Amino acid sequence: MTSTEVIRTRLLSAFPGASVDVTDLTGTKDHFQAVVVAREFDGKSRVDQHKMVYAALGDLMNGAIHALALTTRRPEADGA
Amino acid sequence: MLEATVRARLESLIKSHKVMLFMKGTKQFPACGFSNAVVQILGKEGVSFETFNILADPEVRQGLKEFSSWPTFPQLYVDGKFVGGCDIVTELHQSGELSKELAVAK
Repeated sequence: MTSTEVIRTRLLSAFPGASVDVTDLTGTKDHFQAVVVAREFDGKSRVDQHKMVYAALGDLMNGAIHALALTTRRPEADGA
Repeated sequence: MLEATVRARLESLIKSHKVMLFMKGTKQFPACGFSNAVVQILGKEGVSFETFNILADPEVRQGLKEFSSWPTFPQLYVDGKFVGGCDIVTELHQSGELSKELAVAK
């Protein structure tokens, strides 16, 4: 178990200035949804963007987080 | 580090079918909503695919996480290449890109 605050803090330290939105999907502190909009994703494939998020979450992915629905975007991607 | 024998086994499994889905449970009885979602999408794409139940094989379950630097399941491979997990497969399906990726398998 972990919390939306812990996840959010980890993501913001890896992606300073990013827009990070974390939701506890089940209220059980182990199934989460995260939307991360970060400049660091520029020029990266979807797979690489998700790997960057997993790397930022580190050990949290080995048990504390059972499931993570993940959306990653670059800041200007919507207008492209 | 992955042992050479484990790595060889994973490579062989990944290439055992053009469209290979490593998932929790089976095509008929998915054991997880994310795995089920990808099974449904592949069904809609109308492509022939094979699945591997990672819950029944701890060596493959742990090995693939390292092999692809990807900590979660399901994992979809097309033509031996890692395509993504549930979220990416869903995005690719919705945008129409998945059909192109799967064209090699039709």
